[in-house]
Amino acid sequence: MSVQYLSSEFDVVRNLERCVSCNLCVRECANGVHRIDERSRKLVVDESKCVDCQRCVAMCPTRALKIVKNENSFKENANWSADLISEIVKQSNTGAVLLSSMGAPKPTPVYWDRILINASQVTNPSIDPLREPMETRVFLGKKPEQIRRASDGSLDVSMEPQLVLETPVMFSAMSYGSISYNAHESLARAAQELGVFYNTGEGGLHEDFYRYGANTIVQVASGRFGVHEDYLNAGAAIEIKMGQGAKPGVGGHLPGAKIVGDVSRTRMIPEGVDAISPAPHHDVYSIEDLRQLVYSLKEATRRTKPIIVKVAAVHNIAAIASGVARSGADIIAIDGFRGGTGAAPTRIRDNVGIPVELALAAVDERLRAEGIRNNVSLVVGGSIRNAADVVKAIALGADACYIATAALIALGCRLCRSCQTGRCNWGIATQRPELVQRLDPNVGARRLVNLLSAWRHEIKELMGGMGINSIETLRGNRLMLRGIGMTEKELDILGIKHAGE
Amino acid sequence: MRVIEAKNKSFDVLNDEIYQSGDELKIVECLGQRFIASGSRGKRIVISGVPGNALGAYLAGSEIIVEGNAQDAVGDTMNDGLIVIHGNVGDAVGYAMRGGIILVQGNAGYRVGIHMKEYKEKKPAIVIGGRVGSFLGEYQAGGLIVALGLHKDDKETLGAFPCAGMHGGKLFVRGGLGTVSFPEQTTVKIANPEDLAEIRPLIAKFCETFGYDFAKIIDEPFTLVTPNVANPYKQMYVAN
Repeated sequence: MSVQYLSSEFDVVRNLERCVSCNLCVRECANGVHRIDERSRKLVVDESKCVDCQRCVAMCPTRALKIVKNENSFKENANWSADLISEIVKQSNTGAVLLSSMGAPKPTPVYWDRILINASQVTNPSIDPLREPMETRVFLGKKPEQIRRASDGSLDVSMEPQLVLETPVMFSAMSYGSISYNAHESLARAAQELGVFYNTGEGGLHEDFYRYGANTIVQVASGRFGVHEDYLNAGAAIEIKMGQGAKPGVGGHLPGAKIVGDVSRTRMIPEGVDAISPAPHHDVYSIEDLRQLVYSLKEATRRTKPIIVKVAAVHNIAAIASGVARSGADIIAIDGFRGGTGAAPTRIRDNVGIPVELALAAVDERLRAEGIRNNVSLVVGGSIRNAADVVKAIALGADACYIATAALIALGCRLCRSCQTGRCNWGIATQRPELVQRLDPNVGARRLVNLLSAWRHEIKELMGGMGINSIETLRGNRLMLRGIGMTEKELDILGIKHAGE
Repeated sequence: MRVIEAKNKSFDVLNDEIYQSGDELKIVECLGQRFIASGSRGKRIVISGVPGNALGAYLAGSEIIVEGNAQDAVGDTMNDGLIVIHGNVGDAVGYAMRGGIILVQGNAGYRVGIHMKEYKEKKPAIVIGGRVGSFLGEYQAGGLIVALGLHKDDKETLGAFPCAGMHGGKLFVRGGLGTVSFPEQTTVKIANPEDLAEIRPLIAKFCETFGYDFAKIIDEPFTLVTPNVANPYKQMYVAN
């Protein structure tokens, strides 16, 4: 008898009065939780394989299924939670590094939830977005410091290249490989319809998606997968990935098992070979080196594309951002501690980096103090969960936000945090054709458009309430924010007053 | 052939002239201008003087001939074409190169050919005539790197820590290896005639370009280093 060191995390509850044995759950579960027993021909369940992705629940035509937490429990105490005990067991079983998916789940403070937004009363009346024009368009890129004139006195109206966003929200980097073709198509089509951008991540750009280039940000990371001149010129902007909030200081690693078919072709590496993007770019050891990479990309694209440098929010982020702002980058993307990932070492994800709210406030403050805030636009992500987070981020100093987890939830993701298995029952984080086809890009794109359209309306409503009718007026307007339940130090870093002040 | 004077020109002005010129051009009095011909295709560019960093980055098919030394990051993420250096080069030659050929007559600095990749007919190659610095071919995932160890001043052909994280492609080193050691995930052996068949055309091209005697070069034994595993990190993780 082998010892079962870990009990299953979930229980599958089937209401037998409702179940009509249609076996749809068997077909829907790629994890093999539901199965027909060969001998008895009855539906049986192996709940140990269940990840609580809710696919079978969502598909069951008679609503006969429920996934609940297994009531069986370790004898937890305040020091040793069930999670910690399970992790020790997993490591003593295998001797391996713990690998997790999606953003940090631990109860680290979410400062968005401790920030409250202002509204007008009596004076400076609020604006009704249903009646009056509200501007949510933003331009990302370097802004001129002063009015320039040509030698004949005429105005010089030339501008550095800009990204124009109809709503200050973009889909952040998720590579083709980490997510599916249909997920990428959904994002690309939604970005086009919404007048925003999606991001290829470091996996190259599938040839079918070059037509969405005007709404695509192409990424260049340390492994340079799928990077070539056509790719660089296909997008509207180029993002250099220096770091990721979920795993600062750690690189990317797509296992060979996921490098199949089109993924292999798009990354331009043979099938079955690991795609390794180490943490550092081995040609970037300084701001000067970063500047070289920025300008080499600008030259390769004839200076027509803004260059984004994406960094993880870490302790010295203000100084780092100051360096990046001087590197020639047009846009800095800061990815916070709670940002998502297809796979990151658990210890890194849960312990390294800082929340994006603090990072953003510190960076905006620093760049202003140094008089270089207009050299760059700031985009923040990790994790922006709703329209109020967007408004708070902009009031703290961001030009726009990146979302990814929220976009995946719109596509069907239920945060089961098992992306690394490649068996996503929602057809998102998988390359299995039979799973991928479950995500209809028509439906996916519509759901994303719905989501951001709703956010856009909420952003307008929140702005209207403050008597503000354009994003430009909201940006860095920290007087519109108040903290609740924060220490003086926290308020100081965020640059906001406490509620009641 | 159009001649472009590089003297006192910034890289962007120089590059605009290069992009707007015809397919055959010569750049004279080049002095450290970076990013020359970045992303260009279909041109033949001869450079006299010393080009700056990132010469021919993202090169998409042009031919660049440098009549002298070059600096760091030559052929960064190069996709296609040919770069010939009649001299030495700095660090990080052919970073993440995925196609085309780089021929260096002299020595190369640190981190030659790291992240080099290949895909089907896209197979990049770097030949270094002399010595190669440390960290050669880190994370190499494809392509060919050849170190010939000519004119090496009694020093070892390779620096320290070659092939760390190598999981594809091949490294050929001519002559003795000295004291250098290779990581566990690589196989090191004496190249046999079939192995050498793959690099013979490349070495012939090198000899033809720089005027060496092919027979003399190919007569020395070559060492072949290949990875013995395509998934070096497979066992490191457990799902949590």
